[in-house]
Amino acid sequence: MTKSISRPRWTGYRIKIEPRLDQPPGWYPAAVSVGAIAFALILGGILIAIAGGDPFLSYAHIARASFGEIGVFSDTIVKATPIILAALACSVAFRMKLWNIGAEGQFIMGAFGASAIVLTPILPPETTPWLFIPVMAMAGMAAGAVWGFIPGYLKAKYNVNEIISTLMLNYIAIAWVNYWIFGVWTEGGFQMSAKFPETTWLPRLSDYASTIPILRGLTTHLGLLLGIVAAVALWFVVFRSRWGYEIRLIGDNPRAAQYAGINIARNTVLVMALSGALAGLGGMSEVTGVIHRLQTAPLAAGYGFTGIIVAWLAKLNPLVIILVSILFGALILAGREIQPSGVPKMIQGIILVSLIASDFLLRYRVRFVRDSADTDAEE
Amino acid sequence: MTATLNTTSETMPPMVEMRGIVKRFPGVLANDHVDFELRAGEIHGLLGENGAGKSTLMNVLAGLYKQDAGTIKVNGNPVIFSSPRDAIKAGIGMVHQHFMLVPSQTVTENVLLGLDEPRFFMRLSEYDSRIAELGRKFGLSVDPRAKIWQLSVGEQQRVELLKMLYRGANVLIMDEPTAVLAPQEIEGLFNTLRAMVAQGKSVIFISHKLNEVAAIADRVTVLRRGKGTASGVPSRGVTRQELAQLMVGREVVFFVAKKPCKPGDVVLDVKAIHAENDKGLPALRGLSLNVRAGEIVGVAGVAGNGQNELSQVITGLRKCRQGEVMLNGDKVSNRDTLFGIQHGMAYIPEDRTHVGSAPNLSVTDNVIMKNYRKSPISKGGMLDMPAATKFANELKQAYDIIVPTVNTPVRLLSGGNLQRVILAREISGQPNFMVAVQPTRGLDVGAIEGVHRLLLAQREAGAAVLLISEELEELLSLSDRVYVIYEGKIMGEIQVGGAEPNEGLVEVVGLMMTGTPLEQIRKEGVAA
Repeated sequence: MTKSISRPRWTGYRIKIEPRLDQPPGWYPAAVSVGAIAFALILGGILIAIAGGDPFLSYAHIARASFGEIGVFSDTIVKATPIILAALACSVAFRMKLWNIGAEGQFIMGAFGASAIVLTPILPPETTPWLFIPVMAMAGMAAGAVWGFIPGYLKAKYNVNEIISTLMLNYIAIAWVNYWIFGVWTEGGFQMSAKFPETTWLPRLSDYASTIPILRGLTTHLGLLLGIVAAVALWFVVFRSRWGYEIRLIGDNPRAAQYAGINIARNTVLVMALSGALAGLGGMSEVTGVIHRLQTAPLAAGYGFTGIIVAWLAKLNPLVIILVSILFGALILAGREIQPSGVPKMIQGIILVSLIASDFLLRYRVRFVRDSADTDAEE
Repeated sequence: MTATLNTTSETMPPMVEMRGIVKRFPGVLANDHVDFELRAGEIHGLLGENGAGKSTLMNVLAGLYKQDAGTIKVNGNPVIFSSPRDAIKAGIGMVHQHFMLVPSQTVTENVLLGLDEPRFFMRLSEYDSRIAELGRKFGLSVDPRAKIWQLSVGEQQRVELLKMLYRGANVLIMDEPTAVLAPQEIEGLFNTLRAMVAQGKSVIFISHKLNEVAAIADRVTVLRRGKGTASGVPSRGVTRQELAQLMVGREVVFFVAKKPCKPGDVVLDVKAIHAENDKGLPALRGLSLNVRAGEIVGVAGVAGNGQNELSQVITGLRKCRQGEVMLNGDKVSNRDTLFGIQHGMAYIPEDRTHVGSAPNLSVTDNVIMKNYRKSPISKGGMLDMPAATKFANELKQAYDIIVPTVNTPVRLLSGGNLQRVILAREISGQPNFMVAVQPTRGLDVGAIEGVHRLLLAQREAGAAVLLISEELEELLSLSDRVYVIYEGKIMGEIQVGGAEPNEGLVEVVGLMMTGTPLEQIRKEGVAA
């Protein structure tokens, strides 16, 4: 089972790739990931230099624009918040090998569900935030859960491919919200609803600036806390609960799960609904924490798709998702600072490919061997 | 016809001559100095149990594997095949058990696939008629313009044969060709093979079904555990009993000392069940058996006669169409798998890696698979991880599971170790009934002994054990009673407990394994 890549004879060496038969030490995966990011940044730097830029200046600028001071760091966090929740949504579905690529649509439906509480209106505008926010969070999660339940049920009952159904439901979600903001809740014919009353807004750090002056201008909102609480809760569900054990078992070997008496169809539906609910909470957080009105364009900004990438990079670990989301929030924010499109997106892509490719080093061992040695190891 | 054949074969070199073929896979010696000889114009049966090394030997001949030692001669000339392309150039083509066809393309397109013709323009109509012509010549009627997905399995097999004939194959290797066919299709295949031989082709017919080999082959080579036990004996001059013995072996290597059987109440009662296999063909036809507390009951049979389906119906992984399975008086068939688990049923599946374990999860996660719903592992919907780790460490110690820590993923464990993980899990639940399917397959001698001891300990503890195995020696030495299964039916039941297994017993079981019911043997006598 040994593959070898022959090198030209004059090098005298050959690269040998062998599958790992033992478990690498605990620090190894983290070290490989850090190495991969470093490699990506170096490669990105070379490309920036070729494009005529100064890589050191560019990177310094990116760092300053996303982590440089507390104000921009707060903006990074605001960008990261919806990504955290979308990535959590993807991670739980992916854990069971359910390829939910509909977090985008579930996110939008979550925003719609939360908005419906304000716009219908189900609760009057003067309701206290203490009631408003929990009700909207529930409505957002419920709407997202419905959007996850549909493909989950179709998969469990009729074996409908969830990749296709979740992808298509994304478009339906956008069209659905468009219908409401164009036709029913339109603000003077514009494609957006009226601004929500302030009682519905998620509290921001800047709201407390009158007592703690340092918080002035900081837009980080309660959504971050929702994201962190959801991540910790999800970690416990996946790694410490009976249900999470079933999810992990189905994900690793559905036949073994069946053999252990686990109902796969029921878990398919439940996990898809949970996934949708998490994405829906993300939509609720974004609409009540940042946008403050129902509007398609800023909601359908690709958070659900970024969530797919972040979930993979975090190896589906809910706690790691928080860190990776902040990194992605920074790249989105800083990217706009240096160039509207192009280089920052490219660096994102290089980091992504490097991290995914580095997984190879966890499963295989690469060795350099002398050409003369072990020729007999060949067949 | 055979008479003329014999005269030519003495003057001409054999069509194919394989000498001292050795093929090793990691941990397995698949072929151990095997000789094989094919004469022109004969149908040569290659007989042996699953895993005996038949397919390996033929994959070497077809250029898919390269032998570690040994020589191959075709028409007297030494050859070295490094790919199937080389083999087909030498006139050797193999039809695999799993067809290699493109379902959305036509017969003609599939036949031409991978060839250099047509060079550029696809004037397929010309090729259609050429292929139809070839089909007529060999009795392989199939519409060249039909798409593969429209064809029955039997017709698809003909397309595979046409592919090889079109490439000029003179030697056709058929790997278990009847496994996928319905009975009437088998007759059709046999006619085709006879027609091909009449046209001067030679056929190698791989099978583990004695009757078929006896019906179609001129000569037979038998393999057992990678070694040839008979090489090119004329099928007329050998009885089915002799073939059966060559296949399953006559020697009883080890006799396990055990206490006398004290059977209690019936624990498992299988009542006339009917079930289908994955392909929708009948696999179990009115099968009945029972297992009492404190006894090991064996199910003997050549692979693929319904053993897997039987274990799946009992454990609830497969639905049965008729009949029912009772466990301690409760119906368990056509019910959730969970019901059996909660009523004391343990199951050691044949497929350790794909059914019995979750390869990327830890030893701990794998041993709690059956008891994570119960205290002390479960605590109000959450898992008590310290308790689970403690449990795993206890099993690791008690069952000698060799692993650095219980957090190691089980994919890194050897076969014997993984089997110990599964046995530890199943036995620790103190089952009152256990189904074990091929529990020692692929294990080394030491590990086999360990598994046997654990199974006997279950019997002594008063559990009912159903042991489904292809290892006849294992069955006869461990079981108190043995049922023999053939094509989804029980051919008969024998008491073996107490007495040391003898040759006569092996012979009777061998006959039943090839489809002779016990009553018939009793009437006619074993004497050959």
